[in-house]
Amino acid sequence: MSDVLLEMRGITKTFPGVKALDNVSISVRRGEIHGLVGENGAGKSTLMMVLSGVYPHGTYEGEILYEGEECRFRDIRSSEHLGIVIIHQELALVPLLSITENIFLGNEQASHGVISWQASHAKARELLQIVGLTEKPVTKVGLLSVGKQQLVEIAKALSKDVKLLILDEPTSSLNEADSQKLLDLLREFRRQGMTCVMISHKLNEVTAIADTITIMRDGAVIESIDNSVERVTEDRIIKGMVGRDLTHRFPERTHSIGDVVFEVRNWNVMHPFQEGRRVIRDVNINVRAGEVIGIAGLMGAGRTEFAMSLFGRSYGRHITGTVVKDGKQVDVSSIRKAISQGVAYATEDRKTYGLILGEDVKTNITLANLEAVASNMVLSRPKEIQVANAYRNALKIKCSSVRQKTVNLSGGNQQKVVLSKWLFAAPEVLILDEPTRGIDVGAKFEIYTIINDLAAQGKAIIFISSELPEILGVSDRIYVMAEGAIAGEMSAREASQEAIMRCIMAAHRAVSEGAVA
Amino acid sequence: MSTVTAPVGGPPAATSEIPLTLADTVRANIRQYGMLLALVLIVAIFQVASGGIILAPQNVTNLVLQNSYIVLMALGMLLIIVVGHIDLSVGSVAAFTGAVAAVLMVNLKMDPLLASAITLGIGVAIGAWHGYWVAYLKVPSFIATLAGMLLFRGLTLVMLQGQPIGPFPEEFRALASGFVPDLLGTVMFMGERIHLFTVALGALLCAGLVALDVRDRREQQKYGFSVPSPTMFLVKNVTLVGAIMFLTWRLAAYEGYPIVLIVMLLLTAVYWFVTLRTTLGRRIFAVGGNAKAAMLSGVSTSRYVFFTFVSMGALSALGGLVVAARLNSSTPKAGTGFELDVIASCFIGGASAYGGVGGVIGAVIGAFVMGVLNNGMSIQGVSIDWQQAVKGLVLLAAVFFDVRGRSREG
Repeated sequence: MSDVLLEMRGITKTFPGVKALDNVSISVRRGEIHGLVGENGAGKSTLMMVLSGVYPHGTYEGEILYEGEECRFRDIRSSEHLGIVIIHQELALVPLLSITENIFLGNEQASHGVISWQASHAKARELLQIVGLTEKPVTKVGLLSVGKQQLVEIAKALSKDVKLLILDEPTSSLNEADSQKLLDLLREFRRQGMTCVMISHKLNEVTAIADTITIMRDGAVIESIDNSVERVTEDRIIKGMVGRDLTHRFPERTHSIGDVVFEVRNWNVMHPFQEGRRVIRDVNINVRAGEVIGIAGLMGAGRTEFAMSLFGRSYGRHITGTVVKDGKQVDVSSIRKAISQGVAYATEDRKTYGLILGEDVKTNITLANLEAVASNMVLSRPKEIQVANAYRNALKIKCSSVRQKTVNLSGGNQQKVVLSKWLFAAPEVLILDEPTRGIDVGAKFEIYTIINDLAAQGKAIIFISSELPEILGVSDRIYVMAEGAIAGEMSAREASQEAIMRCIMAAHRAVSEGAVA
Repeated sequence: MSTVTAPVGGPPAATSEIPLTLADTVRANIRQYGMLLALVLIVAIFQVASGGIILAPQNVTNLVLQNSYIVLMALGMLLIIVVGHIDLSVGSVAAFTGAVAAVLMVNLKMDPLLASAITLGIGVAIGAWHGYWVAYLKVPSFIATLAGMLLFRGLTLVMLQGQPIGPFPEEFRALASGFVPDLLGTVMFMGERIHLFTVALGALLCAGLVALDVRDRREQQKYGFSVPSPTMFLVKNVTLVGAIMFLTWRLAAYEGYPIVLIVMLLLTAVYWFVTLRTTLGRRIFAVGGNAKAAMLSGVSTSRYVFFTFVSMGALSALGGLVVAARLNSSTPKAGTGFELDVIASCFIGGASAYGGVGGVIGAVIGAFVMGVLNNGMSIQGVSIDWQQAVKGLVLLAAVFFDVRGRSREG
């Protein structure tokens, strides 16, 4: 039981401008369940992608020893060949194909290119039995619940003779009953000698099942703890996950907070496709003039869904609840109406939802408020250029000129263009969704400064971020979101990373117990 | 950083752009100029091969007349392609609207002007029909307009009861075969009788274009953008004026500017202006460039998609009228295959099949590339079958160079 199956030594992986992994070493014993925990962006997924060959040998430093031999994976196939199989957080199943077709996708049971459906279905049925699914192999995967799809993914992994199974957030989209079933299945696999690495935010699950728990933070391993003898407390893990220096990362600011200008009451949103799934539950929040409220939470907590459903119903169905601005109920049921009510939403995904990458800086900046640079539909180019240059100077957007295409800007500068667009729309309530995602530290500081300036001008700001230090450094007041609901509210003074994490974990637990009861 | 207030006037930022050299200018405009260059080259080759026939006054006039409806429809198609869709129905719609015009004018003896107006109105309605299916009911445009292609071809047959209807009244035929009046008389020049009014119009067009370009340049300089060197600027404008005056001279040596050329120039100017200088055009490009981002910026994407189809419907009807007037009858087969020429014109002219990229002038140049190929090969006695094959290869080559250029740039 104690011999080492996998050892990763001194792994360093850099992306342009970011060190995602910094000299990471980890060893996984044969036949154990190894829990990997850390905040978003700590480097857990990156580490597993290095291991599975998504980032091939040569794109990182360090070495991987598997069964005592050094491995240089060129791609996923070469790692799968050795029995290392990764199941990603976003399932990689084709919804319109059957269970059998999905299980053997890219690995068809065929001779000379002709698929033997008899053999495929028979083998699929065996695998389904192992994972405890009673569905027919010909069932289309799209018709299954997320929990069952997860099991199909596992069946698919089993079909590849898996020795080391890596699960990235396997239970994040499962309800408690399905999660328990999955964990039981993992225990069964362990009994049969399979080795498993499980990345998870759900610390209660990790401490319940893992033999060893490795904590990562900022691209480095903090510690590996033996959990097989005595169960490690969640508090200890949380401390390891978040403990870092907070000084001088955020600009100074003075607070001058006014009256409540924006309020959301009893907000409920249903999932756009999955019938009967409530994504946002009874959310109530308010923002004062000149106040920055942070919405903290883990990925999948429903923060973006909440913000987008608020902004012209651009997410979800059957949205109910009221929005009150300056004491009056307002209509924000379309994006145009929301903008005209002074609400703006800067997206977390600037490349997909924020920018027209093929267009230049000035075109992007003026897009949400074109009327202001036009008269009778005719654009005034001088005005447009003036506006664009003014924001370029104010936000220090680095570009050769405002005629430069946004596709050629760095992430931080792209983000500033998105911000400029919304500032030009002159909002009173500004929702910023992960405004610092994927940008470097210097640009982050500048974005924080912009947020402070906006607050100083009396704007109400809703700041969504997965990075707890950032939420604590920028916000006046913090709402904690989990499972689509507000799990807690705290002032910046009384808030701490531990408090927020505890609040989230408590919410997860409450939902779990509710589901069991 | 002090504040982030809404900006007011203020001095423009100093530029960090480097002045453009000849090579930069060429590189920046290679798509448009590249096709223009190809067009000039094709004309030159045929001019030599045909022993001067292709630039003979009558043939230049023919070139304009033959291609006018493709150019007109390409203007509308460009908007549709830019917004990220396609319209396969334009040939059938042109045939159908031509048939409507024939029934109104020939069978019902309606006043040509009124009948044309009604026909254009029907074109708008057909565009709205397609636009509604695509923009609001979210039927893929390829399918909705493929259905339209079949539907309106069928309705054309119904309307004409399988027989051509004609001839049209003389006033109506002027649309496709008339020329601008001879207000200033004629003069002999190099052995040819030149229509002076046409020359005057040509000069006016040149003056207008040069004035626009000068204004543009001043504005760019004022805001600190780099501009082509004075020499480049001069070369460009002299070439432009030279080309326009040369073609004007050729046309003036026959009967003068065709009326349909005036229509074409006016509409090209309108579409050029709309695409580059209005909120409408800007939003159409935004929707085509990134529909999600446009939507989240408050652009009602459906409305703009709908609009492009309405504009296409009106231009298809106009194309249908021109074709009917030119053939002097409406036939069940009119407009067959137009959609392919029109779509090809846009792509040859640099429009992107992924939407968001394209230019009106490019589409017009693309239409003439196709037109000159047709005309030149016909003069050379190349059969229709081979003409088709060559046009297919030209389309492929043009788009290939465009794609390659783009991937290098990116």
